[in-house]
Amino acid sequence: MKKPHRLTLISAGAVLSLGLAACGSSAKTTSTPSQGAGYGAATTTVVNSSAHKGGTLIYVNSQDWDSPDPGNTYYGWSWDFARLYSRTLVTYSAVPGTAGEKLVPDLATSLGQVSNSGLTWTYHLRQGVKLEDGETVTSQMIKYAIERSSAYTPGAGKPAVLPLGPTYWSVFLKDPTYPSAYYDKTPGKMGLTGISTPDPSTIVFNLTKPMAEFDYLATLAQTAPVPEAKDTGTSYLKHPLSSGPYMFQGNYTPGKGMTLVKNPNWDPSTDPVRKQLVDKIVVTVSVPATDEDNRLLSGQADLDISGRGVSPSDSARVLLNSKNKASADDVLDGFYIYTALNTKVAPFNNIHCREAVLYAADHAELQTAYGGSYGGDISTQALPPQVGGYIPGYDPYGFAAHPHGDLTAAKQQLALCGQPNGFSTTIATRNASDDPKENAGAVALQAELAKVGIHADLYQYPAAQIGSVVGTPDFVHSHHLGLMMYGWGPDWPAGFGFLNAIVNGAAITPAGNSNLEELNDPAINSELNNVMAINSISGRSQVYSQIDRQVMQDAVFLPIVNLKSLLYRNPRLSNVFYNAALLMYDYSQIGLK
Amino acid sequence: MTSVITYIIRRLLLAAVMLLVITLVTFGIFFYLPRLAGQTPFDVAAQYVGKSPTTGQILSVEHKLGLDQPLLVQFWHFIQGLVAGVHYNYGSDKTYCPPPCFGYSFKNQQPVWPLMISRFPVTLSLAVGAAVLWLVGGVATGVLSALRKGSIFDRAAMGIALAGVSLPIFFTGLLSLTLFSYHWQIFPNLQYVGITQNPLEWARNLVLPWVTLAFLYAALYARLTRAGMLETMGEDYIRTARAKGLPERVVIFKHALRATFTPLMTIFGLDLGLLLGGAFITEYTYSLPGLGQFALVAVQNQDMPEVLGTTLFAAFCIVLANLIVDVLYAVIDPRVRY
Repeated sequence: MKKPHRLTLISAGAVLSLGLAACGSSAKTTSTPSQGAGYGAATTTVVNSSAHKGGTLIYVNSQDWDSPDPGNTYYGWSWDFARLYSRTLVTYSAVPGTAGEKLVPDLATSLGQVSNSGLTWTYHLRQGVKLEDGETVTSQMIKYAIERSSAYTPGAGKPAVLPLGPTYWSVFLKDPTYPSAYYDKTPGKMGLTGISTPDPSTIVFNLTKPMAEFDYLATLAQTAPVPEAKDTGTSYLKHPLSSGPYMFQGNYTPGKGMTLVKNPNWDPSTDPVRKQLVDKIVVTVSVPATDEDNRLLSGQADLDISGRGVSPSDSARVLLNSKNKASADDVLDGFYIYTALNTKVAPFNNIHCREAVLYAADHAELQTAYGGSYGGDISTQALPPQVGGYIPGYDPYGFAAHPHGDLTAAKQQLALCGQPNGFSTTIATRNASDDPKENAGAVALQAELAKVGIHADLYQYPAAQIGSVVGTPDFVHSHHLGLMMYGWGPDWPAGFGFLNAIVNGAAITPAGNSNLEELNDPAINSELNNVMAINSISGRSQVYSQIDRQVMQDAVFLPIVNLKSLLYRNPRLSNVFYNAALLMYDYSQIGLK
Repeated sequence: MTSVITYIIRRLLLAAVMLLVITLVTFGIFFYLPRLAGQTPFDVAAQYVGKSPTTGQILSVEHKLGLDQPLLVQFWHFIQGLVAGVHYNYGSDKTYCPPPCFGYSFKNQQPVWPLMISRFPVTLSLAVGAAVLWLVGGVATGVLSALRKGSIFDRAAMGIALAGVSLPIFFTGLLSLTLFSYHWQIFPNLQYVGITQNPLEWARNLVLPWVTLAFLYAALYARLTRAGMLETMGEDYIRTARAKGLPERVVIFKHALRATFTPLMTIFGLDLGLLLGGAFITEYTYSLPGLGQFALVAVQNQDMPEVLGTTLFAAFCIVLANLIVDVLYAVIDPRVRY
């Protein structure tokens, strides 16, 4: 009586589940992945080069966008992904490795034409480039896109609209106090005098001082055209109008993702860079990291677009399994990891106490904390390898010769700074759940410094508050944060973009500061202020090398590693390669085999 | 029935007061406590700009988020928004946040309520589906165990129930994902599909989360039902019913189970109410875009308006569930009306 009743329930449930599973097999399921192209193949070559069209790409991301609006975003992966739906004045070549750092014109017909002693940059636009709604791209749209971007705010007392992206434009163009397009009362909202648009296919930038690397600014997603009439301000991120090969299907939903479909108004004859191969790209965001890795390794997803690579707990699954390893690449992700020594917090106002820290650090252990040899390459100077001016072999403190630190030299430095028995200080680090590697690095450093008598406490904070903790000098002083763990990625692969915010005395801000060590070396400041007038790349590189040496002499950086990511590519993908400027796979090229 | 109506009205008023207090306390926790710890509105605003911002930018954002105003004013604006909606005017960019306006998300640049409401169907699907499973499964197992007390079935069932209650959801969830989704590919490519889009896909993608969630609760309910049944079956009126010659089935279902069911119903209401606020671990494990995942991401991003919104919504669900359960109780059991 009851037994069959219960059993019937169970068996009915089981049959139902299996039935659902059977009829639920969707076209999205990929069959057992075929053989990968080889470990590291995508770092220097194009993997599975193919012109095959069709199919759907399944992308996942453990993070979410700050904003898919190209005018209001600051993640490297967001800029890379934006190549699919936005074209900029200039962009990076779509070729593997360091050759990908070469700039090529995108919406423009050539790189910028300089005149007026470096104060005027002119770009002519290609003909026939259209947005997804059929409108022709004009120079006014690009000017408007920059006017509405994060670079311009109305100042105190009036709310900013799009605050998340880079702020370079207001630093270099005339009229820095322009109150942003949203407070512009001129007809057509063309009030920024720093940009002129003499005709719809010419755009002229008027600078306050020479800026030889201006073409790199022109690669920023903020130069993607936005028509003023269709700008919906803070809602534009739901569906930015595309100038690239793909466009949003419907809206982007925060926390969920979006789908991209082909943009019928993209004309390949005007675009030598991008490819339009697949029919659809489905992006799911906020997928937990281990779930994401599982999907990738079982072939159910194609790529993790955050470019952060396989999580450390799953790295062994990739590296120890020859089949998985053949589909992986261990690439430099552009991040330079270091500890900043604040020159205003005692006793680090004394250079010898700073040098003591540099000598005492155990780089082998620090490298282990950041993931071992697969997690990063030990850094010995103040520049990462992809930036011009990097000095191969420059190792002023002998990290390579003394991978476990030089404790004798450290003690000598301590004696010279009047603290022969060591001293107390605090190491600031993001907490373990937000940044496990940095946290592990801080713990390792704490143990190493203790060997020479430097007693360091740990101050842990949530990553989201970085701007108000280590980025606020007053907070740093009041909490005696002498040592601050940090990571810095350049906004473009050239020295000024890397160095200015972190070593220029003029770049110190009261909050959101990146010159954590509060370095104010007049020699470095003037070199940075003048380097932009040098027209040759080699000339500028020499200056950057000089700054590199000076920063190391000032002992304000403890270089740790150049971070690497273990990227995994689904074997069914075509045209996959690592681009050293984008610092991950180039998403504008990928198709299916 | 007037006593019931008075009872209901009293409970409604109490619920409204409770919600207001919860709002005030939550607001205080998220916006006042950081100030006690020394965080200024400027510091908070600095979190919502890009790298290397200018002071003017931070001040602009501070003004945009209303952080430069006194806390009580901010709270008053919040209550106003809940009831009447808010206009956000940034020069030519105008957004209207219709009531109930749970605030404006700093990170996502969107009003919070539409974000929450778009995710509610996911949490609802998960909660209701699992609830049906655990109620049927748990109660049935409990009844059978009670009737066959001491048998092998009873011991096995209670053993499994102990496992179900003890094993955390992130363990059973990850285990079932690894086995049934990645390894044996019985349920591959799990992705939430709305019931209106494709009911079959909707069900297929939810089977694993349902079973994982239901396993925990079914275990609990099985044990509770068994204990309740054993107690009830020992009562005199059961003996009388049998003596009267009623068939065993009637004795169990019409008399014993009814009495056991009332406390179960209270707990069920609370459990369901709690889940409707977001089944955090299950949603996170299975990447289901529901309220639970929304809350977790909001906490990770330190997006205070979103956290405030989800807390209030969850509180609302629990208060509502409480209310419904109390009312039902009063309707069924006249002794309770006071």
